[in-house]
Amino acid sequence: MKTRIFVTLKNGVLDPQGKAIHHAIEGLGFSGVHDVRAGRLIEIEHEPGLSKADLESMCTKLLANMVIENFEIEQA
Amino acid sequence: MMRAAVIQFPGSNCDRDMAVAIRDITGADTSLVWHRESALPTGLDLIAIPGGFSYGDYLRSGAMAARSPVMQAVIAAAGRGVPVLGVCNGFQILTEAGLLPGALMRNAGIRFVCRTVGLTVENSQSMFTSGYSAGEKIHIPVAHHDGNFFADDATLDRLEGEGRVAFRYAESVNGSARNIAGVLNDAGNVLGMMPHPERMIEAMQGGSDGRRLFEGLIREIA
Repeated sequence: MKTRIFVTLKNGVLDPQGKAIHHAIEGLGFSGVHDVRAGRLIEIEHEPGLSKADLESMCTKLLANMVIENFEIEQA
Repeated sequence: MMRAAVIQFPGSNCDRDMAVAIRDITGADTSLVWHRESALPTGLDLIAIPGGFSYGDYLRSGAMAARSPVMQAVIAAAGRGVPVLGVCNGFQILTEAGLLPGALMRNAGIRFVCRTVGLTVENSQSMFTSGYSAGEKIHIPVAHHDGNFFADDATLDRLEGEGRVAFRYAESVNGSARNIAGVLNDAGNVLGMMPHPERMIEAMQGGSDGRRLFEGLIREIA
């Protein structure tokens, strides 16, 4: 079984990488882009029995830094 | 004799400089401790977490190192009041381990910053900063990509109110909240700072402003 975990910066936390990417997109000639924020996708292959609570615990203990990031768990 | 340990992770690169600084300035019996160790040498008076790129900065700077076996022992020692100094990647590791508040994010200017910067000593009462006077301006090098200190406003207010901001940048460096360059924990025995005091300990290195951190520390510990 596969679960996808999206880690993103919290609202209000400045994202210098997103800003640089935004700049580069504009540099390529694309217009109409208002904002870019970069995050991280982590895919986990696991036994079907792995609980949502365990997945959440992995996120809060390691995969996301809760001071600056949020996470979303998407089970296939 | 004073005893010190410098923790080594795969990717640490300031471990030897830190050990030399501690040994030369304080005379401490200084050992290097590998990250897989689950116990520290007994009777330590100081633990240093050095700079570098532990675990290649995978996931987030300091994230993997903060969960390594030796850090459990460091967290326990910090809880007992053993002084812990984290420099650069060491600061990142201490925040990731929950020993210090906040997080160190990518520099606001995106670029790696590697130069000597001006710092203001904000608190000269801590065991790490007693070698300086409050408000004094010193010069110490930085070398980092992720030194942009972030914490929410309530945390920043608390840190300032409790005198836990040890050093502030005297110039624009990396976008850090309120120009914070180094913070103390609640009990005052853990300091994390992005600048490298161990790289400024004798005239040959361009200055010795970092030396007084270790000199002050040894007086406080002795």
